[in-house]
Amino acid sequence: MQTNSLLELSQISKGFFGIPVLEQVTLSVAPGQSLGLVGENGAGKSTLMNILGGNIQPDSGSMNWTGSAYRPHWPRDAEAAGIAFIHQELNLFPNLNVAENIFLADFPCRGFWIRRLEMFRRTKELLGQVGLAVSPQTPVVNLTAGEKQLVEIAKALHRQPKLLILDEPTTSLSEREIVHLFKVLRALQQQGMAMIYISHVLQHVQQLCSTVAVLRDGSIVGHGPVEHFSPGQLVALMVGRELEQHFPRIEHQPTDRLLLRAEALSQPGVIENVSLAVHEHEVIGIAGLMGSGRTEMARILFGLDSCSSGRVSVYRAGEMIEITKLPVSKRVQVGMALLTESRRDDGLCMSASIDENLGVVAGARFTVRGVLNKSLLRSSINRTREAVRLTPTASGRQAVRTLSGGNQQKVVLAKWLLNEPRILILDEPTRGIDVGAKFEIYRLIDELACKGAGIIIISSEIEELIGTCDRIIVMRKGEITNSFDRSHFDREAILNAALHSIEQVPA
Amino acid sequence: MVSRFVHSGYLTLLLCGVYCLAVGTWVPGFFTLENAHNVLLALLPLLVVATGQTVVLMTAGIDLSVTSIIAITSVIGAQLITSDGGPLAENWLATPIAAIAMLCLGVGLGLANGICVAVLKMPAFIATLTSMMFLSGLAIWWTQSEQIYNLPRSFLSIGNQLGSVLLITILLTGSVHFLINRTLFGMRLRAVGHNPLAARTSGVPVSKTIVWAYVLSGFTAALASVLITGQLETGSPVQWENNLLDIVGATVIGGTSLYGGRGSVIWTASGVLLLSLIDSSLNLLSLSHFTIMMIKGAVILLAALLDTLRYRVNEGNH
Repeated sequence: MQTNSLLELSQISKGFFGIPVLEQVTLSVAPGQSLGLVGENGAGKSTLMNILGGNIQPDSGSMNWTGSAYRPHWPRDAEAAGIAFIHQELNLFPNLNVAENIFLADFPCRGFWIRRLEMFRRTKELLGQVGLAVSPQTPVVNLTAGEKQLVEIAKALHRQPKLLILDEPTTSLSEREIVHLFKVLRALQQQGMAMIYISHVLQHVQQLCSTVAVLRDGSIVGHGPVEHFSPGQLVALMVGRELEQHFPRIEHQPTDRLLLRAEALSQPGVIENVSLAVHEHEVIGIAGLMGSGRTEMARILFGLDSCSSGRVSVYRAGEMIEITKLPVSKRVQVGMALLTESRRDDGLCMSASIDENLGVVAGARFTVRGVLNKSLLRSSINRTREAVRLTPTASGRQAVRTLSGGNQQKVVLAKWLLNEPRILILDEPTRGIDVGAKFEIYRLIDELACKGAGIIIISSEIEELIGTCDRIIVMRKGEITNSFDRSHFDREAILNAALHSIEQVPA
Repeated sequence: MVSRFVHSGYLTLLLCGVYCLAVGTWVPGFFTLENAHNVLLALLPLLVVATGQTVVLMTAGIDLSVTSIIAITSVIGAQLITSDGGPLAENWLATPIAAIAMLCLGVGLGLANGICVAVLKMPAFIATLTSMMFLSGLAIWWTQSEQIYNLPRSFLSIGNQLGSVLLITILLTGSVHFLINRTLFGMRLRAVGHNPLAARTSGVPVSKTIVWAYVLSGFTAALASVLITGQLETGSPVQWENNLLDIVGATVIGGTSLYGGRGSVIWTASGVLLLSLIDSSLNLLSLSHFTIMMIKGAVILLAALLDTLRYRVNEGNH
């Protein structure tokens, strides 16, 4: 056993209700080392981190921290030891300002009074460390996702930790913000900060970490210097089988029949003069930074938000009909579907059952004068569950909350598929789901396009768009700036179009 | 196992049985036909209003105006048909016209509540609390705080004969049970209660669904008013003034969630039964009104606590 480790885990095991989640996990992190932890959803990464953070206790095994036994019972034990967590979902208070968020747990006080100037001075220092040029008095609600992430890091640094644990920190960041985040993290590494970096994005792990550990079904199946693994090998270790390619072969062939047409859509400050056409059997990708108007455009197309000018029409029964003024419920009836960016917020009823979620869109198709035909609905639900390969072990009465991210996303897709949509808008369809589920979603997209649907995919992963789309449209500052055909797909060119004037920080 | 049981809606029904056995043996007159008759006659109108309340709670709303709707419909219905100068007195169609007028008024007031909540986006609590105050004041001002007596026999018989009250209650609860479990409306009701944003994105007409829930609640309040006015043979501006907590409480005791999405008429019926059994046994022991209030308050508090625990388990310790 190494004696110079900062953190050592030996033979940690944990089960819930008799199902093993972690089995004999042994890992170590040396001072100043960066460990990348990768694995599919449900591999046990979160459980491991929860054990480190004192949220749950292991069933067996032991932990060592700076040479002595470490048994955290509460999150504050981990904090006191010098372990800081940056969670996937940010824990900032939008109504408070940056300084208040950082100092929330320990305002510098003199008697009854908060020493505001002291607090602002220290906040400025911390913000300097993470390269964030905003005033300490900025309300957090006014910050972008990337800036919030940096505030989280500043908040963690305020405690002067020895080990920083980052769980999927790039999920909601744009390419440019990721580049900046990595610059900050590298600077911290050079100052001797140890890190555990959890991510689905293997490239990021390879850029940032010196060692990597792969977790599959609760066990470590690969551990070593990052140079020893190729991305293909890592994926193979994670899923336990070789994926020949990350994307299924594209089978569909676009036609000329128009399904959806948007003409000069504008909403001041949101989108500007956006025109778009989606054809039968066609998959269109939308690339662009966060805040480029891509999600907003999708919401306007679907009728969730309004637009001040422009027209939207869809093909229906032999002619194009205008739907600009129709509410969402009517647009669903003419065959539109929207998979939203956030499953948790507006995609699913998390505490409702799988069946309740599945029935809600297409319910009207299974009713006669408002009365549900339950057996017909049930058989359609079962067929669709199979089509999206939803985990067969989950009962229909089980709450959606208990499913993994990939299966939750399949429930969202399945609830729309029950309605047999003609036009699907998918906003970040593979965010936060594991490699296997991603592949299945790509396969479904192609299958739907083969059957005649027109599909719009919004994604931050350019590879994903290149691998699945017939055409890629780039949005910037609310406008469509470029359009690439399949034969002219070029990662660099698309990325440049999305970033354009914004200075490119070398990675 | 324990959590499974706590989650089941039939916990309350079991508690009813246990309570009967525990209390019935030593409270004098509990296990008599007369007491059963009295308990049922008092329980059924409560069940009728609580059924409407269940639907509203399922949208994650609340309807506090129901007792005032009962009061205002009671006095207006009674004024129409009282033989002390009602415009329809001696008219052979007086009873059906009065009953229909009361129901229409209930529906209209429910519609107003629903529009405040769903269209004007007011918090349900404040919208229905203010309409409770307004309607309650209106009923007293309108009648100058006078009770209205001398209602026609045919109208009274709707509410004071166990057979007709039972029939009306079964018809209503049966239809609402069907509505919640077997129709598109019920499906949408749950979705709206669980997550209105996801419901809207899924093409559910969220506002319309919520408005209908309040309309239904207004209707059931008016229907209960028909029964109660007949039972008490009086149109009163303070009719059932003190029963608001019983209505919301019985629904929550049954297991319908204050957080929306979960609810059932059968659960509510068990909640109403338990609350009525407690009420009746304490009355038979001739405890004071205040003691009874304290005990009922404690029971409802426990039920609300249980609901919160259930919700926290469901949402994963938020």
